[in-house]
Amino acid sequence: MLVGAAPFGLIFGTLASSSGLSALGALGMSLFVFAGSSQFIALTLLTSGAGLAVIVLTTFVVNLRHALYSATLLPHVASLSQRWRIPLAFWLTDETFAVVQHRYGQQDGAPYKHWYYLGSCLAMYGNWFAWTLGGVLLGNSVAGLDQLGLEFAMAATFTGIVVPMLKNRPMVAAALAAAAVALAARGLPYKLGLMLAALAGVLVGLWLEGRAEGDDAAR
Amino acid sequence: MPHDEILLIAGMTLVTFGIRYAFYALGDKVNFPPLVKRALRYVPVAVLTAITVPMVLLPDGQHWQLDWRNAWLLGALVSGLIAWRFQHLLAAIGGGMAVFFLWRWLLG
Repeated sequence: MLVGAAPFGLIFGTLASSSGLSALGALGMSLFVFAGSSQFIALTLLTSGAGLAVIVLTTFVVNLRHALYSATLLPHVASLSQRWRIPLAFWLTDETFAVVQHRYGQQDGAPYKHWYYLGSCLAMYGNWFAWTLGGVLLGNSVAGLDQLGLEFAMAATFTGIVVPMLKNRPMVAAALAAAAVALAARGLPYKLGLMLAALAGVLVGLWLEGRAEGDDAAR
Repeated sequence: MPHDEILLIAGMTLVTFGIRYAFYALGDKVNFPPLVKRALRYVPVAVLTAITVPMVLLPDGQHWQLDWRNAWLLGALVSGLIAWRFQHLLAAIGGGMAVFFLWRWLLG
């Protein structure tokens, strides 16, 4: 998992300079926001000149899934004090959720699983920051790196994430609807098209899912 | 660091932490409606597709480029194929980037 995140930290750091984010800004983002996918999306939006409100709103939508994670893990942290819960929430990421969820699922009754949770958080956090730093240094020291077309790394990453998720018809339809609306509404100001596209994708997905269930129920 | 970057990072931090902490803060007092749970599953696919497809089909942000000379389109197709066939994200990124750079180099 640590190795898996490394290249993304590196790519994020490298791309930051070509998208107009300062070195400190890139490091600060990894240090405070600590949410890989929304950091990448923020870079993409910055490059295309989107405003602050749009980026923050998009971050909100993209990271909403974390609420699901914390809701899932809640029974395990409910006995802990808020002093524990605040840092554990701050460091909750996709990777940590996967690891910790798996550990809590093991029926061995170990009482200190929250230390395991904390440990995996800290490992991911240090790892992410170190690789971002590496990427920033690389991006600033190699001249002309921004001319290479490294932005494509972002498109490749997103494609690689999305394609395996297209496992059923509602998912495929959600993607198609989002793409169509994004293309049709790309001229709208403040990247409103992105929000509309996300909404269209979610609604189409839900609608088809509901219809498929209706068919099953009728049989 | 420019002033608006501080604001941007503060805003992103606030919403991200807020989302992650809300349930831990409230304890067991809340529950997700099933509809919201289902809706959330479509968010990543919808958002990422909505960002990527225009990038790939209109590389300069203005003009459609729907032909084989479009390195963005070709690279993304290769990434997608690798991801679909092998379920390996890094291989998908690496393969797509290799084709992307090769294509740009070949076409000058």
